[in-house]
Amino acid sequence: MEALIALLIGVLTMCGVYLSLRNRTFSVVLGLTFLSYAVNLFLFAMGRLTIGAPPILDNSATNYADPLPQALVLTAIVISFAMTAYVIVLALKSRADLGNDHVDGKEDD
Amino acid sequence: MSHLITSPVLIPLLAGIVLLMVRDQNISAKRAISIVSLLMQLACALLLLKTVGTGDILTYALGNWPAPYGIVLVADRLATWMLTITALLAIFAFTYATLNTDRAGRHFHVLFQLQLFGLNGAFLTGDLFNLFVFFEILLLASYGLMLHGGGRLRTKASLHFVVINLAGSTVFLFAVGALYGVVGTLNMADLAQKIANVPAENVVLVKAAGLLLFSVFALKAALLPLYLWLPAGYAQTSAPVAALFTIMTKVGAYSILRVYSLIYGSNAGASAHLIERWLLPLALASLIVGVIGVLGSKHLRVQIAYLVVASVGTLFVAFGINSTQSISAGLYYLPHTTFASAALFLLADAIANRRGAVADKLDAGPVIASPRLLGGIFLVLAMLVAGLPPFSGFLGKLMLLKSAVNHTAMPWVMGVVLVSGLLTMIAMARTGSLLFYKANAAYIEELSSHKVRVAPFAKTDARELVSIIGLLSLCLMMTIWAEPIIVFTQATAEQLFNPMQYINAVLSQS
Repeated sequence: MEALIALLIGVLTMCGVYLSLRNRTFSVVLGLTFLSYAVNLFLFAMGRLTIGAPPILDNSATNYADPLPQALVLTAIVISFAMTAYVIVLALKSRADLGNDHVDGKEDD
Repeated sequence: MSHLITSPVLIPLLAGIVLLMVRDQNISAKRAISIVSLLMQLACALLLLKTVGTGDILTYALGNWPAPYGIVLVADRLATWMLTITALLAIFAFTYATLNTDRAGRHFHVLFQLQLFGLNGAFLTGDLFNLFVFFEILLLASYGLMLHGGGRLRTKASLHFVVINLAGSTVFLFAVGALYGVVGTLNMADLAQKIANVPAENVVLVKAAGLLLFSVFALKAALLPLYLWLPAGYAQTSAPVAALFTIMTKVGAYSILRVYSLIYGSNAGASAHLIERWLLPLALASLIVGVIGVLGSKHLRVQIAYLVVASVGTLFVAFGINSTQSISAGLYYLPHTTFASAALFLLADAIANRRGAVADKLDAGPVIASPRLLGGIFLVLAMLVAGLPPFSGFLGKLMLLKSAVNHTAMPWVMGVVLVSGLLTMIAMARTGSLLFYKANAAYIEELSSHKVRVAPFAKTDARELVSIIGLLSLCLMMTIWAEPIIVFTQATAEQLFNPMQYINAVLSQS
């Protein structure tokens, strides 16, 4: 499972980096979204991958899942969600103000 | 446990929420609430400064959850010093904003308070993830403030600013995640304690996380090569916002100082002195690039933005030398450069408003109204930023150079700092003579035939002068009361070099 998660985070990051280096605002927004997915998974996996273990106190439990990364990832999801919404609106605004969706506001010659 | 330490965080947050409920038409009520909040923040910062001036470190466990499990707020000398600088800067930037900026769009006052909420929180927090959250708060507010008023170029600069900072936030989270995964805590004092005991096979992960954090903080601080977002962003946004943003680069500087003196300090075992060999060369390179930008700018506001880049370079030279004297010099230079560049941004706006269509372009334009007053202010500010005696810029650089005497990179530091000072002086002299001595012949003709149009802003407003001269006189006061300030910054630097005091203050309360 570790290898699968690591691969997933790697692929997501790779897609994110590639897309955020593109020259259209839409690809950049998508790239940033992929990056935030990757980092959310990464944060989550930092509590170690456990199955069937309770995150809160349970007298019969012998093994616990770390609840802190879950709290962290929840915060990170909320923040990245808000940021994505903002950057989409900003991309639309720049499309309207600058007349095209190039990140520099002008087409390549 | 005193609740005073939460007030710099709570006051702007509550003021922001109250402001959200006041209707936009009721501008005087909004201004009144904002100014009361700003004055209260200043009062709290000064009160805290007095309390921590004795050498105590105040801590506050939020929700009474003991450290390292809960989040703590920590006020030591450095954090309180930054709080005071922010509060002073915000008051004058806000005064200027009440001229007309705050009516250019909606929710300026709310965003302004939330920006301060984020800034104060970032200075006070003792938890690495919480630092990330406060970074996001101040960034979200800054995205709104930067766009405030709208316009094509502003939108373009904002898009770049937002995208690069979002990428930076992602890197921050990777670093925080990696640190937690290896060390198992995010409380900075606890991290500092545990980082030395990380097993050898994981040291490389801790180091990678530290360097990722460095890249994020360097991005916020606009250190070479991550400064490219700054000149366009700061030059295109409205003047009071640019003035307030001069403290934003210092948040990066603060974080670097905090994280690498506390967590990756000399007690960190295998990961100690992580960025030492990077910081000084990058700082010198930033200084050089900043000064080249200052020399090459075609617009006054871009020139001032490059001055900010150069000042960040100087600041990091001080932090890079990494001795008590140099950090003390840096902490003296930090408020000086913040206030001086903010005053310059405001002055540039005042000048641009008086030059009609030429605005802030560095080109012969119309004869500006009240040239003696504005020219006089410009002269003093130029001397401040170029580091000429007898002002605070000179004192800061003198102490910096003095601290570099015994350093191995002494020739580089001396050469770059002195030559960049000279080049700044030349650039500012050229700018000043273009703005105040030279006028376009066509405009002079217009003036003599009394056809000249009165610029919308030609009448000098008291608020304009209060904010610019206020920031200027803060620098002058720093010159006059240099001794007590240096005693304080010296003590601050000593506190930073003794992280055990911070660690004990945070962890002993539980």
